Amino acid sequence: MSRQAPAVLDAGQRHPVRFTLNGRKAGGEAEPRMLLHDFLRHVLGATGTHVGCEHGICGACTVQIDGAPARACLTLAVQADGAEIRTVEGLALAPDRLSALQEAFRAHHGLQCGFCTPGILMSLDALLRERPDCGEAEIRETLSGHLCRCTGYTPIVKAALAAAEALRVPHHA
Amino acid sequence: MKPARFAYQRAATTEHVLEALHRSGGEARVIAGGQSLVPMLNMRLARPALLVDIMHVAALSHVDDDGARLTIGAGVRQRDLEMRHDTAARQPLLAMALPWLGHVQTRSRGTVCGSIAHADPSAELPLVLTALRGEVHLRSRRRARRLPAEAFFTGMMVTARAEDELIEAVSVPAVRPGTGYAFREISRRHGDFAIAAFAAVADEKELRLAIGGVAETPKARVLPTDQGLDDALDTFAWNLEARDDLHASARYRRELVRRIGREVVLAAIRDREARALKEAT
Amino acid sequence: MTLDVHAQTVGEGGWVGISIPRVEDAALLAGRGRFIDDLGMPPGTLHAAILRSPHAHATIESIRTDAARAMPGVAAILTGTELRALTTSLVVGVKAPVECWPMAIDRVRYVGEPVAVAVATDRYLAEDALGAIEVSYAPLPAVVAPLDALRDGAPLLHEGFPGNIASDRSFSYGDPDGAFASAPHRIGVDVDYPRNACTPIETYGVVAEYDPALDAYDVLANFQGPFSIHAVIARALRVPGNRLRLRTPPDSGGSFGVKQGIFPYIVLIAVAARLAGRPVKWIEDRMEHLAGAVSATNRVTRLQAAVAEDGRILALDWDQIEDCGAHLRAPEPATLYRMHGNMTGAYAIRNLHIRNRVVVTNKLPTGLNRGFGGPQIYFPLERLISRIAATLGLDPLAVVRRNLVPADAFPYRTATGALLDSGDYRAALDVALRDGDHESLLARRAAARVEGRLYGIGYAAVVEPSVSNMGYITTVLTAAERRRAGPKNGAQATATITLDPVGSVSVHVASVPQGQGHRTVLSQVVADVFGLRPSDIRVVTELDTAKDAWSIASGNYASRFAPAVAGAAQIAATRLRERLARIAAAQLNARADELVFSAGKVFSPGNPGNAIPFTRLAATGHWAPATLPEEVEQSLRETVFWTPPQLDAPNDADEVNSSLCHGFIFDFCGVEVDRDTGEIRLDRYVTMHDCGRILHPGMVAGQITGGFAHALGAALLEEQSYAPDGSLLTGTLADYLIPTAREVPEPVILHYETPSPFTPLGAKGVGEGNTMSTPVCIANAVADALGLADIRLPLLPSRLSEALHGAEPQPPHHEARPPQATQGERTLFGRGRASVDATPEQLWAMLLDPALLARVVPGADNVRRESDTRFRAEVTLGIGPVRGRYRAEIALSDLDPPRAVTLSGSVDGALGFGRGRGRLRLVPVGQARTELTYDYEAAVGGKIASIGGRLLDGAARVVIGQFFESLAVQASGRRPSLWRRLLRLFRRRA
Repeated sequence: MSRQAPAVLDAGQRHPVRFTLNGRKAGGEAEPRMLLHDFLRHVLGATGTHVGCEHGICGACTVQIDGAPARACLTLAVQADGAEIRTVEGLALAPDRLSALQEAFRAHHGLQCGFCTPGILMSLDALLRERPDCGEAEIRETLSGHLCRCTGYTPIVKAALAAAEALRVPHHA
Repeated sequence: MKPARFAYQRAATTEHVLEALHRSGGEARVIAGGQSLVPMLNMRLARPALLVDIMHVAALSHVDDDGARLTIGAGVRQRDLEMRHDTAARQPLLAMALPWLGHVQTRSRGTVCGSIAHADPSAELPLVLTALRGEVHLRSRRRARRLPAEAFFTGMMVTARAEDELIEAVSVPAVRPGTGYAFREISRRHGDFAIAAFAAVADEKELRLAIGGVAETPKARVLPTDQGLDDALDTFAWNLEARDDLHASARYRRELVRRIGREVVLAAIRDREARALKEAT
Repeated sequence: MTLDVHAQTVGEGGWVGISIPRVEDAALLAGRGRFIDDLGMPPGTLHAAILRSPHAHATIESIRTDAARAMPGVAAILTGTELRALTTSLVVGVKAPVECWPMAIDRVRYVGEPVAVAVATDRYLAEDALGAIEVSYAPLPAVVAPLDALRDGAPLLHEGFPGNIASDRSFSYGDPDGAFASAPHRIGVDVDYPRNACTPIETYGVVAEYDPALDAYDVLANFQGPFSIHAVIARALRVPGNRLRLRTPPDSGGSFGVKQGIFPYIVLIAVAARLAGRPVKWIEDRMEHLAGAVSATNRVTRLQAAVAEDGRILALDWDQIEDCGAHLRAPEPATLYRMHGNMTGAYAIRNLHIRNRVVVTNKLPTGLNRGFGGPQIYFPLERLISRIAATLGLDPLAVVRRNLVPADAFPYRTATGALLDSGDYRAALDVALRDGDHESLLARRAAARVEGRLYGIGYAAVVEPSVSNMGYITTVLTAAERRRAGPKNGAQATATITLDPVGSVSVHVASVPQGQGHRTVLSQVVADVFGLRPSDIRVVTELDTAKDAWSIASGNYASRFAPAVAGAAQIAATRLRERLARIAAAQLNARADELVFSAGKVFSPGNPGNAIPFTRLAATGHWAPATLPEEVEQSLRETVFWTPPQLDAPNDADEVNSSLCHGFIFDFCGVEVDRDTGEIRLDRYVTMHDCGRILHPGMVAGQITGGFAHALGAALLEEQSYAPDGSLLTGTLADYLIPTAREVPEPVILHYETPSPFTPLGAKGVGEGNTMSTPVCIANAVADALGLADIRLPLLPSRLSEALHGAEPQPPHHEARPPQATQGERTLFGRGRASVDATPEQLWAMLLDPALLARVVPGADNVRRESDTRFRAEVTLGIGPVRGRYRAEIALSDLDPPRAVTLSGSVDGALGFGRGRGRLRLVPVGQARTELTYDYEAAVGGKIASIGGRLLDGAARVVIGQFFESLAVQASGRRPSLWRRLLRLFRRRA
């Protein structure tokens, strides 16, 4: 354990921030006050993660930090230094091949404007990984951390249930 | 909605944290999960000069269980406690309340001690801590002390923590034989702060009901189990000095104290009986 | 079902009518959407942040911007002074000498009104600059409720709107007086319909540039139309329309009408760009959106009906008071007139009287929101049906049936002028009851009631208008005023089909979708015309006013896409196909009108073996124009402008066909109310829709479930709330409550199709109907469960407490009832006492000493004595983590030495403001002690009120209590430890 106190990152300066983004090394510079979503979108150019409220309620900015869904708007970029970050850009199996969850959203019209969708996908992706046998109640519980104004949620729930099914029976997908 | 400027320090040891708090003269704030603090930064309601990140201090990231008490370190995330295999067995009231905290996406980052430090009167963990007669473990460079929950929460988002003190941990008694627990929350939507939240503990000695969301801090009372219960709940309801707000009237909150308070108390007694039966077999 | 768009196989009747996967989705699901904040910006683009009023009503005395201008990265600060110099007031929708600026000029009229714009190199720095702008306000009394705005002596918002009335019109159709005089019953409802807003998850965004050489603006904004607003913006910017290039991004994150309300910000940011000399980008944040975007109107309505014994409605008498907020912004008061042709809903009622008043209040200005005027009409109308049934002892369904427009009456002209295009309302209702299993709901209610549970059933029958007549808003003018202004009518839709040199097909429409899947539906419609696959068609829906075909009616509103825009695309494609057929006819030696376009080929049905590939035919116009038959001028591109002939201007009798299409909805639901908590559980919800021909079932279902969720929010959760002093109470999504997946159940959706005879595809709008039917359907059910006559939205459990729990017993005698606010929620009352070891005379001397005040005012420094009884100070106040710096004034009055004094104080700062008065009384106790008592009232507001009102109230109580306590402590000269402890809590140390 070091006895030397760690450096204080000065308020007005930019400091290096490095983490793993969708399995690849990513880095840039940020003031301590820069929010993670601004760093992802405007420093790294990963604009798939959207911003809806910046106070942690709407869920549009949800990403996975070290495997767990979390609000990018309630996370400072400097806090994420060294972490494993996953965003919507990392979900597809290949540029022309969507994941089972993404395909299910498409098949069940689980999106309309698509603005809140990236955050919802990141929460559901974590849920389906953690609890492959989840049912509608758990899906709705997870979704309650997100606001969608277009769909009325019904098609999202159907898409999530279908994705869970497809993942349980991979050949069915 | 962008924060004002602040400096940032990632502490590696508790000493680093205490040193930074000591030096800053009240201008530093501890950031753990950030789920309560960052919204206030974004709205520029809070404007600290320095944030001290404690999530990389290994010593703070443990849950200690000495058989009598669970001590939850400042770095323990709500979701980690929720997912621990033995939380429900070691302290059922905690396990009952944890799923009500915000959403899974905030519990994954937010810490138990962070919610205690924030001291929102509608929040679940301050209520649970009050109901269980838990303690807040404070440490500064000068001293270490423990405060009972009721002494720690002094007002709406105001606590007895001195500016140079770190909440190192909170502790609650582990489950005791012959004790029953119940929790219930009434809110506009699931995951919202409570209009009124109830946590009851029933053992052979007493029946204790704590209520959050109504007064400026969570309040607990020992209630009679006989026919005096309704009168005691009515008195409790008035004593909480509920106020009207956007989401509920004071009168509605008092009604919830009388009606749901009674239900939760009875549920705790039933839980005690059920546990007793289980222990017996 | 296969998910690969490229492998689609055509259905029997073509692509239209099939739920194919959306072409929009693959990119959106992979994080490759192109929303405004995702797009690259010109080099050097600056970022704007907007300073907004914390007051509901105040005069701006001064704005100091020097410090902000000097901050690093700051390029420009825009205030009302510069705005006024560079722009003209926005036009106002009624004839009145009133101005409407996108930013306050010398007076603020609602919390959240823009006061200044800071432009800097990034958003963080721009927000830093806002903190350095000093605005001095002189608060004025505010008026919040529409009925209060009408009272004598009410604070006046605009000199040009005497009595706060922007418009007052009365209408009469048939013989309402005769009907009321002769009817056996007069039954009515009084409704106070609340404010809510559709709050899309993507907020407003604008990127603007100004070219001084051309005096031209180039603006990219996630505006949704109608493009009549383009003229409003250009006029405000003082340029001709061709000097305002307005573009929209490819994707937009929801609108539901709300993004129409961006237009004042387009003006503001365009001017900021001009001032800064560089492109300026502004992305609205959520708190700005909740305080300053746009809301639906709230409306106070008294609706009376003349009713026959059998429940037949003989006449209606509407008295509507529409609250448009602080400014009457274009196209308001359109919310009030959008439904003018439909004031009798789904019913055949020939006599009615209408009085429409529009008032202004100190609240956010209103504008387009899903349902636009429908919820405000159908809540009273369908509550009335329910009340008629209850009053006359009839089954509500019998009252509905007795009054529905009969099937043989279509197209049916309503008393107020709408032409209901098609429908069979009774048949749809019967199918809904049968397929929605109404019987089982009745049984569940009966069973629940036997068990003593509170269960109710509600109904609602509504007509959903779509494709607005651009002329309906002129119904607010008198016939004479309309004649002078010239006729306004129609609903021009545009579509362009282009064939390129390799024969592939592109479609462009000016529909500006916000997630509705227009590109997919258009690919289906056009594929059907050309015999191609949807994946062969490329559809572009972003709009550029400098290059694309558009009209004032362009845009995404009034549910006009399926009925009007898709139809225009079909007409354009058909015209182009006719030309291609002529070219092919010459090559195939066949008649043009018999040629078949199918599977990518064109052939004569008699000789399918001899086919021309579509692509080759389509490319002909590029490669061999000289070979085109003489009557075919070109075959490269076709643009169609389509407007339905049924949409006439209002006539001299004030009859107006306000919309082209009229869908029908019949809903019913069962709810259970928890006796203890008042929580409402929606047991079952059935919604029957006749939206004409369905083009894409999946998208129609999505529109219905989406509209249903908005409606459920309006019914149970959402209200944009203002305190009586005009403070906004719902400034965050923690207080403006949007339903989540846990609150929104799946509705049972049923269809009954009667195609519209007035639209090319037979389709009608479908996206808005549930916002009209569902709130009142749920309210009717809750009223049924509790036996209530009056019921107000949103249906807060707390509001049902009185009905559920009766009068509350008095508190036990030893418990004091806490002081309650009586003058409004924002006023706090408190009292306290302290015993001090000093004489009243000693205390009195200290009260007049600024040095002492400096010590007792929490967090004060730099106390300056202005006179013997007036002091100014800078104070830092904090509760928990919330800290702010304020300017404070303290005055002593009503001096009664050494017995009593009134202390008044005010604080003002970035986080909010407060004002309070307290009376302090000193009573001697023995020789050297004084009993000090105080009581106070205080009002607090501003930014923090809209973020955390409960925190603010708590903070004010702590600070005030602490003030008096400190006074006691200072006076007694003892207990320094307590004093220090308090000081440590509240004083920010240097």
